[in-house]
Amino acid sequence: MSEPLVIDVHGLTKNFGPKRVVDHFDIQVPKGAIYGFLGPNGSGKTTTIRMLCGLLTPDEGEGTCLGFDVRKQAEQIKEQVGYMTQKFSYYEDLSIRENLDFVARMYRLDRRKQRVDRALADLGLADRQKQLAGSLSGGWKQRLALAACLLHEPKLLLLDEPTAGVDPKARRDFWDEIRRLSAIGVTVLVSTHYMDEAVQCDFITYIAYGKKLIDGPSAKIPEMVGLETWRVEGPELARLEDRLLTEPGVVQVARFGTVLHVSGTDKAALGATVERLKAEGTHRWSLQVAGLEEAFIYLMTGARDNFAGDGGKAAA
Amino acid sequence: MTLGFSLKRFGAVLYKEFIQMRRDRITFGMMIGLPIIQLFLFGFAINADPRNLPTLVEMGDNGPLSRAVIAGMQNSSYFAFKGAVTGAGEGEEALRRGTANFVVVIPEDFERDVVRGNKPEILVAADASDPSATGGAVAALSGIVNVAISETLTGPLAQQAGSPPFSMVVHREYNPEGKTSTNIVPGLLAIILSMTMVMITAVAIVKETERGTMEMLIATPVKPLEVMLGKILPYVFVGYVQTVVFLAAASLVFGVPFEGSVWAFFLGFNLFIVVNLALGFLISTAAKSQMQAMQLSFFTILPSILLSGFMFPFAGMPGWAQFIGQAVPATHFLRVVRKVMLKGGEVADVTGELWALVAILVVISAIAMLRYRQTLD
Repeated sequence: MSEPLVIDVHGLTKNFGPKRVVDHFDIQVPKGAIYGFLGPNGSGKTTTIRMLCGLLTPDEGEGTCLGFDVRKQAEQIKEQVGYMTQKFSYYEDLSIRENLDFVARMYRLDRRKQRVDRALADLGLADRQKQLAGSLSGGWKQRLALAACLLHEPKLLLLDEPTAGVDPKARRDFWDEIRRLSAIGVTVLVSTHYMDEAVQCDFITYIAYGKKLIDGPSAKIPEMVGLETWRVEGPELARLEDRLLTEPGVVQVARFGTVLHVSGTDKAALGATVERLKAEGTHRWSLQVAGLEEAFIYLMTGARDNFAGDGGKAAA
Repeated sequence: MTLGFSLKRFGAVLYKEFIQMRRDRITFGMMIGLPIIQLFLFGFAINADPRNLPTLVEMGDNGPLSRAVIAGMQNSSYFAFKGAVTGAGEGEEALRRGTANFVVVIPEDFERDVVRGNKPEILVAADASDPSATGGAVAALSGIVNVAISETLTGPLAQQAGSPPFSMVVHREYNPEGKTSTNIVPGLLAIILSMTMVMITAVAIVKETERGTMEMLIATPVKPLEVMLGKILPYVFVGYVQTVVFLAAASLVFGVPFEGSVWAFFLGFNLFIVVNLALGFLISTAAKSQMQAMQLSFFTILPSILLSGFMFPFAGMPGWAQFIGQAVPATHFLRVVRKVMLKGGEVADVTGELWALVAILVVISAIAMLRYRQTLD
């Protein structure tokens, strides 16, 4: 691949009836990157992913995926993309081996038996290959699905909430695998709800109501959102939380166990409020670097205002 | 879409479908076992010309002639005499309660009146609330009585026997014994084929969408045509098995003849299967769940039973109903089967039906293909 961008699309739009599900979405994904795709439920993540791999034709917009036109060359895109659906989408009444074999035949792969054998060995399922897929637990189903969509050695992986309903150990293993793939040059676009997964991504884009709110390297996201965050410790946090929300400069108060994270975009106003409360001496205050977590809570709660006002600036 | 059709992928879908069919024991049993059970059940159970109907008799006269009439009726096997009644009220009561289908009243001095040439009347009160139950017996009645009388009246009285002003001749073509199974068994083939073919195709396709596996399939390079053919072909095979079993049972168990051209049957049969698969495919494009697919299929089956001429004579329906009946594939296949099996029809005899099936196929497939392209998006 001489093309530096694996996905390069502009203005993707999709309507289902009168409802606009994806609204002029742009994304540029460099080769080998892990690109996190975040947003609340129903924000258009799945629809966007389906448009990228040729399952849906966009109503508007254009661009390329792996150098092929997303509108006209769905066939070629499908050959080189591994798409893992949100819901387990392999045959529950076929055995593990039969499922892998079926997928291999769909891609007309050579050395089929060898590839399936290797996939089974990698999965650690060689001795259970005759078991029906429907009898596997959630974590194993997810591993089978990943193995199945890697069989044809795709250059791009599109993963739609791959770790939903999977235990933490399996999730960690899953992400180890994703990083290993990324290291050998496979590009990964992964949608997720989990913040601990978001921080594993090289880039993050956030979408709400079908519109992109922010897009950039994950380390820069908090800065792009422009939040300042204070950490508060002390007694009766619930009462303090209620009180803080009425104070000037405070945009968001999030509770993390025994501490509050108080954030705002207007540094001066927030600073003044904090100084005043500090003087009361009941709580310990400390300024801290805003994390991704605060940034996303902020984005989620303020989604509507955001794309009316400074959302455009932040995304630019 | 046919460009780059891959036999390998088509074969993979086909193979997968067979594995799934084998694992889904209940559906598999439904496809092979139930039709056989239905054939035997309906073949033996349904009888449009019922015999041994419970009959009561009111004997106003006990002479040899009266007894000959009763014996003649009993021998016809239509009537089973359950006893005697005295007075009209008792007979009426039995009819109303349904304990008897017929009450035969032999008037007083019946024999004397016959001898004198007074033409006495035998009253047969029939429960006509279910005309199909009693119709056959009533139709046969006058013949039976005439025969009984003429056999008893001999010598100088014989001239009286010829006196009834008319006699009835029942001439049954193609089914000389009037056996219902000869009529119903070939018809059942049409009904059972449409039932299983339509329903199973519709459900098999909707199942992929409902379980989410269709999304995985579309994400691979497999072509819609490869999926469709791969999914449908196993059921064509099932249709063949059903038909072979059916024909064997029809001939060995029910003694239904196969008079006509095997080619005519084969053509009609294949066309009919394809039409049903297309119909099932069309249903699958509309149904969102397997449950809906089942329900929609069921609605196509009722007209196949009621308007096709399977259950009720086609010619007896009003014009508009015949018009609807013409659009039902089973109507035409039913005619092909009856013409070929019972009347010895050749290909030339069934061309009208074959063309009708082709026309229905074209219309259904066109709608289905239009709809299928939309549902991909």
